[in-house]
Amino acid sequence: MADIWDGLSQAWLLLIGLDPDLVEIILRSLHVTLTALVIASAIALPLGALLAVRRFRIRRLTIAVLNALMGLPPVVVGLIVYICLSRSGPFGVFGLLFTPTAMTIAQVIIIVPLIASIAHQALRELWSDYHDLLISLNTTHFQRMMALLWDGRRALLTASLAGFGRAIGEVGAIMVVGGNIDHHTRVLTTAIALETGKGDFALALALGFVLIGMAIAVNLTIHWLTQTEQEGRW
Amino acid sequence: MSELFPMIAQSAISRRRGKVLIGPVDLTLEGHGITIVIGPNGAGKTSLLRMLHGIARLNEGSIVWACDQEEARQRQAFVFQSPVMLRRSVRDNLAYPLRLIGETRAEAGKLAEGMAEKVGLTYALSRPATVLSGGERQKLALGRALIRSPDVLFLDEPCASLDGPAMRDVETILKNAANDGTRLIMSTHDMGQARRLATEVLFLLGGKIHEQGDAAQFFEQPKTAMANAFLNGDIVE
Ligand SMILES: Nc1ncnc2c1ncn2[C@@H]1O[C@H](COP(=O)(O)OP(=O)(O)OP(=O)(O)O)[C@@H](O)[C@H]1O
Ligand SMILES: [Mg+2]
Repeated sequence: MADIWDGLSQAWLLLIGLDPDLVEIILRSLHVTLTALVIASAIALPLGALLAVRRFRIRRLTIAVLNALMGLPPVVVGLIVYICLSRSGPFGVFGLLFTPTAMTIAQVIIIVPLIASIAHQALRELWSDYHDLLISLNTTHFQRMMALLWDGRRALLTASLAGFGRAIGEVGAIMVVGGNIDHHTRVLTTAIALETGKGDFALALALGFVLIGMAIAVNLTIHWLTQTEQEGRW
Repeated sequence: MSELFPMIAQSAISRRRGKVLIGPVDLTLEGHGITIVIGPNGAGKTSLLRMLHGIARLNEGSIVWACDQEEARQRQAFVFQSPVMLRRSVRDNLAYPLRLIGETRAEAGKLAEGMAEKVGLTYALSRPATVLSGGERQKLALGRALIRSPDVLFLDEPCASLDGPAMRDVETILKNAANDGTRLIMSTHDMGQARRLATEVLFLLGGKIHEQGDAAQFFEQPKTAMANAFLNGDIVE
């Protein structure tokens, strides 16, 4: 018990004192995950819109694949990315294994299906609303997608935030492809895993508080966005 | 610009899941006047307008405009029975059809303001369209349909939730549009309105055009017993 109280108070001191190690890990986490988020959103949001406006035959298949990918254990994604990036793998020449870039790649793969599928849900509803008008105005597929992406931006932000929440808290895949190397690929979740293993609760708890704080902030934002959406304000 | 009319429909049929919604329709529309489509609920008024406009599938037969079909489509507009509100401001709703054809934001916005004045929505320009009342929505939909100055305007019961003065305003807008050369094809349940506006009448029954004729003559002395009954307010099915 004393250990834990000790850990808590030290964690607090680390946070308040903006401990350089702590700050470094937080910033790296944000950098890796925000990069992944931007890339994943750039892929997943238009994909969601495309799935909403087109009736191509493979749409059902695409959706089924997305749903299956969402259920994929992250650590398996990590394994696959590891194999692809390892020296003998197809992308080995780029030397990306055990770099923050590798972690970003893994996170992108994990959150694209999640974001695309939430985006698709929301945009499909919007499309059934807009369908008649946009068809009547003789819009191109591109114009339809743009209308949905723009007018559905709130719902899409929610989708992206959900992706952020998933990526920032993920540990299995980035542990595998990043290697948790100090000052290089160590991020919030992998550091927590390591420090806990070592029995150093102070840093682990401090990092945990940061993660919890981020999760709460993300969820509050989603909640607020959904509410304003429902009330028809913007 | 080439002439769109006459529009000729031959044995045109639109189905949905095997069920005939409308047709077979044989119809020639000339390039002037206001055609009013009447008939009981479920007669196929909405389906006919959608099929002519090209947003309901044409399963059989043909609908041919006198000019290039793609061009004909660009020069039409449609006001739906339940107006579609884009989740944007009233101004951006009005400007949207112009933005689609490459008008700048500033120019489209200016034209939108002019149109808002015409349909009496100036006070609401900056409001989100989704908070408008039923009547305001219909005016917005009408303004958005008119903003590209279409040659053909289809209207599906555009006055369904309007009160007297609002209906008079809308009818004035429609008459002005017709005078400016827009061809109107409009369904309505309001026989008074039909009499006020129509130059030609299509009476639908059971998914077919039961009677077509000159408005004055139709209201004076319909050719079919069913149309007569309908005009007399009898229940026709
Ligand atoms: N998408 C659809 N799927 C199946 N049936 C449909 C569909 N749309 C319309 N119908 C049917 O086609 C028939 C004609 O409908 P339509 O909407 O054209 O009638 P209407 O004359 O416009 O009626 P109202 O006066 O009530 O607007 C109706 O029996 C309707 O139930
Ligand atoms: Mg109808």
